[in-house]
Amino acid sequence: MRYAETGFQLEIDLSRGNIERVETDPRLTELHLGGLGTNARLLWDRVPPEIDPLSPDNVLIFSAGLLCGTQATGANRTIVSAISPQTRLMAFSMMGGFFAPELKYAGYDKIVLRGRAPELAYLFIHDGRVEIRDARHLAGKGALETAECLKRELKDPNVQVAAIGLAGEHRVYFASIEHARSSASRAGLGAVMGSKNLKAIAVRGTRDVAVARPAEFMELCREVLRYIQWRRDNPVKGVPAILAGIGSPQEMAIHDEEWHTTNFAWGNARHRRKDFWTKENEERWRRSQEQAVERLISCYNCPLKCGAIVRYPALGVSKYMMKCYSKLTYVMGAMLDDLDFGFRIAGRAQEYGVDAYTTPQVMAFAMELLEAGILTPADVAGMPEDREEKFFWLLDRIVRREGIGEVLADGVYWAARRIGRGAEAFDHNTIKKHEQIPIKLGMLNPIYFIMYATGEKINITQIEGQMPQMPFETRQEREEFVRDWIQVPHERFKDYFLNWEPRGERAFPHYPPPEATCEIVEWQEMMHYLDDSLGLCAGLSSFPIKPPYHIHNLPPLVSAATGIDFDEDSLWKAANRNRTLVRAVNNRLGLRRKDEKPPEDHWKKRFPELEARLLETYYRYKGWNAEGVPTRDTLARLDLDDVAEDLLRRGILREEAPAAAEA
Amino acid sequence: MNADRPKKKKIVKTIQIDLDKCNGCRACEMACSTFHARPRYASNNPARSRVRVLFDPMRDLYVPVYAGDYAPAECCGRDRYTIEGKTYDECGFCRASCPSRDLFKEPDSGLPLKCDMCQEDPELKEPMCVQWCITDALTYVEREEEVEEENAAQPEELETGLEALADKFGLEKIAEAVARLAAARKG
Repeated sequence: MRYAETGFQLEIDLSRGNIERVETDPRLTELHLGGLGTNARLLWDRVPPEIDPLSPDNVLIFSAGLLCGTQATGANRTIVSAISPQTRLMAFSMMGGFFAPELKYAGYDKIVLRGRAPELAYLFIHDGRVEIRDARHLAGKGALETAECLKRELKDPNVQVAAIGLAGEHRVYFASIEHARSSASRAGLGAVMGSKNLKAIAVRGTRDVAVARPAEFMELCREVLRYIQWRRDNPVKGVPAILAGIGSPQEMAIHDEEWHTTNFAWGNARHRRKDFWTKENEERWRRSQEQAVERLISCYNCPLKCGAIVRYPALGVSKYMMKCYSKLTYVMGAMLDDLDFGFRIAGRAQEYGVDAYTTPQVMAFAMELLEAGILTPADVAGMPEDREEKFFWLLDRIVRREGIGEVLADGVYWAARRIGRGAEAFDHNTIKKHEQIPIKLGMLNPIYFIMYATGEKINITQIEGQMPQMPFETRQEREEFVRDWIQVPHERFKDYFLNWEPRGERAFPHYPPPEATCEIVEWQEMMHYLDDSLGLCAGLSSFPIKPPYHIHNLPPLVSAATGIDFDEDSLWKAANRNRTLVRAVNNRLGLRRKDEKPPEDHWKKRFPELEARLLETYYRYKGWNAEGVPTRDTLARLDLDDVAEDLLRRGILREEAPAAAEA
Repeated sequence: MNADRPKKKKIVKTIQIDLDKCNGCRACEMACSTFHARPRYASNNPARSRVRVLFDPMRDLYVPVYAGDYAPAECCGRDRYTIEGKTYDECGFCRASCPSRDLFKEPDSGLPLKCDMCQEDPELKEPMCVQWCITDALTYVEREEEVEEENAAQPEELETGLEALADKFGLEKIAEAVARLAAARKG
């Protein structure tokens, strides 16, 4: 019997209308856990590097994490994966809500989609009944609108729906997949879904999800819930309000936006406004938020209320749902100081189904090109005069790929190259063709340098986390902090933090030293890979400081749930195996060291020699060669021999490949 | 005349449901279903839960409802409440396991489900749903009430019953039967 997982996945060929329920190999669970890990395995096995991501040959996977649908709090994440049309690398995006648990209750760990439906279709799943149904009547409808339509048609308010909006239907490179208050936003997975003519997936499940050692597992879950209660009531001292709690950053509940508005870059990741958070702005924004947020809501089996119902009839927006940073991204990207604008445009954007990180930056990029004369008024004929209206207009064009929207819909990197005439210089905030969080700081941060450069998710928020981002001023404050820091993998992490100073020798950029920096990076990254394989919300685990889930309680939890015994080493190894496999998928798609660099202006003070040393140290630390490709030995140690053979056959790895050069 | 009747203490168990505090997470459904799984906690399944949350954020509806009695037939009419301008679904507050809907039935057998306040051996201090709801949308309150001892019958009931028997069998036969029973009890 299989525990935690169902042991079955749906394999669907949309071209042929073929649906199969396939039993999975339990050995893969031991090796890769589930979620992102087994997704990577499937993509490695089934998608050769030559295919076009928007062709029927791309494989789109919706996966529940291994622990989803068990009793574990916050085990509710769906991990969507495919090859990205924007980055041409492996895309993986996670969304919360209720979809993954419902899929497990229906009896499936994954939905694996290939091909392209002949007409717009939606997938209907109710336990053993799985059908590809006509969705032509849903064409052009918003993502949330589609969900409400399907709930009515199916006469089932409890059905969980993931859908694309107009942006996905038009294969916008930053189209998202929306579900309830959650979103699989980044890297164009919505475009892949649209390219398969799949409008939505509706799932309903009424089966049991079993665990191997019930009493033991429940006791561990109880402990986690107790810690959540305590941690919720005891925010971390000495860090900004928005980083002190757990869950997603509590943007919907907290009004204090000083940290984001004064540290992050406005416009096309261009302007830092250190004096933005005046009393006046604070008051205005507080009023906007209080009026807009109707209620705070949660995801499945989680007590934190990171999401909100936004209801702002005065602004002519119908109700929608929001969480996290998208509250600010449009406001800051557009350089408009009015939070009302953010709430208004985000509502429209959600129905269209677009990535709230990328979209504001693409629009800001377009505005800069206009100001610089690289785009002319003829290119944007019809654009309104009013500054706010300009952004609504741009959004409307982009999601339809109309006029200037056609080229902007490819994202900043591709748009810059298609426009030419010097536009490339304005593409200053992408890594591996993917838009980054708009933050440009002064001093190089070695930990973040490695994370920005090498992270496979190409998004800093999904590799950073448990390590505080800045040192504390006094030794006393640091000692206070480490006293109850149970989450560190090893005591020496406490020492790294204790010795970390804001100024002097033991400050950025030379502290932490490269080896310690690698350890800190790997810790943060491994925790994310575990979350993304187990289906745990990073807000309870890899993302905040002092989270409820960590390397010491995850092994017993996974063991008791699955009946497969993991300890800290073997669980860490599984996470590392998954991470390395994703790297191999990307190497096969062309990723090399030359791609691994943050934007030139990401920090004012750069240190090329130190940076080269950091990268080389990290490659060596991970067991990769000088090109950033895992060596044959590393792959063998991680039970990925078949991956090594393929890389060798393709000449991506060579026999006796030298280890990364010593600095 | 009620002052003469003996009183006894009764424990009344109440789950307080604060709709304003419900966040729609449905942890109560998970916790309830897992407690009632056999072996305990071996699995969970919201479809088997004795508490179900009507959760429709777009209509601002957050209503946990607990499974009550089995109803072999639908009510001959349905009810729909509007409270302060918000309209709840048909039968939205009804606890019954009823032929008109899937709620409160085992998904495989169709057998009715009923909330038992997690009264098993050993009894829980607080029901599972309350334990897992740390937003305090569900809280548990016990109170003591004094209730009258239940008598076998009220005088009125006695008279009506006897008259019916007398009509059927005749008063003489009743008297004979009573005498026979009284003797048997003494012996």
